[in-house]
Amino acid sequence: MEIIVYGVINSVILSLTALGFTLVYSIARMPNFAHGALYITTGYLAWLFMNKFGSFPYPLAIVLAIGITAAIGALMYRFILIRIRGMEISEIIATYAIGLAILEGLRWGGLRGGTFTLPAFIAGSMNIFGVSVDYQRLLIVAVGIIVFASLYLFTHFNRVGLALRGIAQDERAAMMLGIDSDMTAIISLALGSGLAGLAAVMLLPLGNIIVEVGYSVLIFAIAVSVIGGLGSWGGTILASFIIGFAQILTEAFLSSQYQMVVALLAIIITLLIKPSGIFGKQKELEERV
Amino acid sequence: MEMMRKERIDRGVRVRTAGLYAISTWREMLYLVGPPLFLILGMIILPIILEFAPYWKRVINIVCVYTLLALAFDFLANFVGLVCLGGAFFVGVGGYLSAIFNVYLHFPVYLSIPLATICGAVISTLLLMPALPLRGVYFAIVTLMYPLLATRVIEALNIFGGTNGIIGLDSLPNEYVEHYLIIIATLIFLYGLRRFVNQDMGLVIRGVKDNDQAVRASGISVTRMKAFAVFVASFMGCFAGAYISHMYSWAGTSLFALDFSIIPIASVVIGGGGTLLGAVVGSFILVPVSELLRNFGTFRIVIYCVILTGFIVFKSEGILVYAMRKYHQFERWVKV
Repeated sequence: MEIIVYGVINSVILSLTALGFTLVYSIARMPNFAHGALYITTGYLAWLFMNKFGSFPYPLAIVLAIGITAAIGALMYRFILIRIRGMEISEIIATYAIGLAILEGLRWGGLRGGTFTLPAFIAGSMNIFGVSVDYQRLLIVAVGIIVFASLYLFTHFNRVGLALRGIAQDERAAMMLGIDSDMTAIISLALGSGLAGLAAVMLLPLGNIIVEVGYSVLIFAIAVSVIGGLGSWGGTILASFIIGFAQILTEAFLSSQYQMVVALLAIIITLLIKPSGIFGKQKELEERV
Repeated sequence: MEMMRKERIDRGVRVRTAGLYAISTWREMLYLVGPPLFLILGMIILPIILEFAPYWKRVINIVCVYTLLALAFDFLANFVGLVCLGGAFFVGVGGYLSAIFNVYLHFPVYLSIPLATICGAVISTLLLMPALPLRGVYFAIVTLMYPLLATRVIEALNIFGGTNGIIGLDSLPNEYVEHYLIIIATLIFLYGLRRFVNQDMGLVIRGVKDNDQAVRASGISVTRMKAFAVFVASFMGCFAGAYISHMYSWAGTSLFALDFSIIPIASVVIGGGGTLLGAVVGSFILVPVSELLRNFGTFRIVIYCVILTGFIVFKSEGILVYAMRKYHQFERWVKV
């Protein structure tokens, strides 16, 4: 029972972290290797707002931090990535370099050790099916479901959302219908960064804000997106359940050190058997040689 | 207002020396062989010149190690189209293998370095195999994950000495062997690769980057070509790793550190991608700078990343291409 409850929670956590990455990839066709850096930045900003720049109330600090991260994402595209769009090698190197600069800059700026923590939204815990779960984790599941639902509604019943989906499906046809490709890319990067930020403020109260988390978040986000099929949202959710349960099982029967090995093995098996991922149908022909 | 534009014209000496038979003066000969001779002789003389600065003599070795990694990155990225974000993985594999051969199996140095190079290249190629039949970002993703993962696995399983690493490798016989082994290897790899990319096989490999369907239509396996290219690149990386572990007499998880991944990338971008020589120029600029900035710790990585992003966005041709243009051509303003 414990495995099932925590497996579900872990899966929702994973899909929250991966959603931003896969969103940016599906719309802007750009692998955002700065994802983990944006995640940590949000956590650090929220901490700064609460502890250094006067004591903002917690909700306000969170909203501000997410807003700033979304703005960073948008500005990053507007001023840097827009100039190298379509040059695959440059895209990868540039986003990776930006991510590294942020992460290592934070590490140099003193983001080390266990001093940086965010408080839980609601303390305490309750029993579900005989398993003790704290409210923060329950809140994560609730927020996760709300995010999925609102993202679905946004992309199906909103002009901007439909434009994003149009670009994701067929860029040229969408551009012919008057959808601005650069504008949607800016929106998608802002959204993706905002989602990374949201995931950060939800998840960071469970642990410390340290730089290493940024790397592992990036890796798990990528793992989930690759297994689900890069750019496929449904696949991302399914894949995060697979990886999430696999992780909880390895933690229960082996040791938590193997979690990342599980992620890598899953990626390699996916690449060997079905390279385009579980749901990555539409781009299959493009990506296989 | 009169419209003006810049016109570039080849210098006379370049035109005259374009065909070897036309060379008649010392000046033309110098123009032609000067730059490569400067590089080769300079690299060979450098350890002797720096005799009075022992610290900087050590830096030459490190520069050459990074040059090898940068060559590997440049070859993979700009000739095969595979972006390798984890050059550190090659270094780590080569270094650890060489440590295992030397410390655990008691092979002498002159056996452990070549063995580690070859075995390491084979292992790296096999591990990267799953990502090779695919286009797109998969290779970058997989290479990004391997070094991070290798560190954690070694620390978690506590194999190969765990966090302490393997100590007590034999160092190279003497200082000059240490310098000239890496310098000559760098020169051989540099000019070997420059030759290789224009041979039949090199042309096919470049074809993989530009149009893999055409390569496939010619009845050549794209995956096999990519695997061979990865083997060549990881060969260089593993050699660098094996060498560095013998130089420090130590192999530890810091061989998988970010520096080995990011500095070569920065060198290639700064020096000029796709020229191979640019990788050399870039690392000869960046690595000494990074030695000067040693006190800054991880802030160095921030500096590289900022420089890297700046170059890739605003000056993507790189220093070497710019310099070569100035060397071969002159500019003047003409009316449109």
